[in-house]
Amino acid sequence: MVAATVLAVSMASCVLLLSHIDKIRPRTIVDDSLYISSPKLVKRASLGFDGLMACIYWTRAVQYFGHRHYLQERSYSELAPLLSITTTLDPHLIPAYQFGASFLAPAPPNGAGQPERAIQLMEYGIEHNPDEWHLYYDLGFVYYTELRDYKKAGEVFARGSKLPDAHPFLKVLAAQMAEHAEDFATARMLWTAAYQTSQDANIRQNAIEHLRAIKVDEDVTNLQIAVARFNRREARLPTSMWELASAEHLQGIPVDPDGNAYDLTIDGRVLVANPDDFPFISRGLPPGYKPGPPKFHTRPGETPIS
Amino acid sequence: MNSRIVYIAANTFREAVRDRVLYNLIAFALLLSGAAIFVGQISIEIERLVVVNLGLAAVSLFGVVIAIFIGIGLVSKEIEKRTLYTVLSRPVRRWEFIVGKFFGLAATLVVNAFFMAIGVFAALLYVAHKFAAADAMILVALYFIILEFLIICSLALLFSSFSSPLLSAVFAFSLFVIGSFADDLRGFAAMTHGLTRWIATAAAYLVPNFSTLNVISSVAHQHPVGGQLILQNTLYAVFYTVMALSGAVLIFERRNLK
Repeated sequence: MVAATVLAVSMASCVLLLSHIDKIRPRTIVDDSLYISSPKLVKRASLGFDGLMACIYWTRAVQYFGHRHYLQERSYSELAPLLSITTTLDPHLIPAYQFGASFLAPAPPNGAGQPERAIQLMEYGIEHNPDEWHLYYDLGFVYYTELRDYKKAGEVFARGSKLPDAHPFLKVLAAQMAEHAEDFATARMLWTAAYQTSQDANIRQNAIEHLRAIKVDEDVTNLQIAVARFNRREARLPTSMWELASAEHLQGIPVDPDGNAYDLTIDGRVLVANPDDFPFISRGLPPGYKPGPPKFHTRPGETPIS
Repeated sequence: MNSRIVYIAANTFREAVRDRVLYNLIAFALLLSGAAIFVGQISIEIERLVVVNLGLAAVSLFGVVIAIFIGIGLVSKEIEKRTLYTVLSRPVRRWEFIVGKFFGLAATLVVNAFFMAIGVFAALLYVAHKFAAADAMILVALYFIILEFLIICSLALLFSSFSSPLLSAVFAFSLFVIGSFADDLRGFAAMTHGLTRWIATAAAYLVPNFSTLNVISSVAHQHPVGGQLILQNTLYAVFYTVMALSGAVLIFERRNLK
């Protein structure tokens, strides 16, 4: 009885002490430590269980990115080394390339802002998995969305489209890159394809967010054109969205994908009512707007906006 | 197989079960079910890979540890408890004793691996909801792991036949680690010159090549394993086991047990 009590008390004390120690330890030391940075050394140390080690390092990379992304950090210094170790340990771990590139490429706070490292990672993936057409698609995606290098994007899509089991849309995308790279329709096609070709909830959710952003960007662009047309015709700016809508014969006040009406400022600028709800928009943002923490409004399984 | 070997093997198996060796299955089950449930929540798209990689790695490591720690005591324990004299006073030859012990330990490990394999497939079914035809390759990986056990058992017996249990464990475990680097050893040997090259190459070929028996990563990705590799690995493991067992028998035959 005494022994059982001592056991329970010491166990509780250990837990309490550890939770206190965790509070006083600087978090960065725990998060940023990559004790072995050489992929080859980790591979040797895995004693042949490199597949299992790759899974462990991939989980570390996901946790590292997720934690820093949640905290709105702008530095992801260990992400690329973690992904490099993961893919050296298991060059066939396809999710590490697909998700890794989407962690590395976007500018902070949505990603590490390292599109060149993302391209390196994808090229390594293609070298070891030359028949995996998804990797060509994802690499082209990085060129298209992050670097705006439409020529390279087109070349990569064309390379991928030559694979025997490649999805037919790769051929279409390769052609679109040549002439209509900057069209909303092309961007929509890319993200719709991303949504349709993945079963992963995170990828689909991200695609939905981008499709929502494309819809907003397109609406704002069209409304801004309407404002300019109104200005030319009436020699003044519209005083309200109502006036613009009736002059342009629109069916009611234009609304964003959430059903909120777009605002019209006194100097003729079209703004989104709640820009925080659209983390990827590039138009309709209030002057000096700083994005808040990322929010996702649509659940996986919902259909994307057409 | 003669009846004396069968009797010694059965006795060794019974003894291992009585020593609660199969209790490791509980730890294995906890490890695998924990991984199957939690990995999906903390990682992305690797549930299946983790189950296969972790499951097969655990089968291999648990088995190797059992093979070493039981294998090293098979001879010395019998000497210590003086039961060996009772056995050898009957019409049992020394080589039959060694071979019987080997088969008993191998049977223990095969039974252990069989239950673990059921666990791996159950966890796989839990995360993937169905089996794919390529999952049959997991059986090949398990078969290779069993071949690995045969080699380790024979090595543990070899060391046990002339050394103390502690040293035998050190030798056997070192050979397991070195054997996992066998391909690298050959690479290093190829970089040397002259006599050193001969010695290094001989050493590289003498240590067991466990890396050739490890296809876990490959089957986790549902890549096929060639028939030629299966055949040649089988022959390699059989020859290596026979070689180590012969060594154990040779030493044990000459050992003064007085």
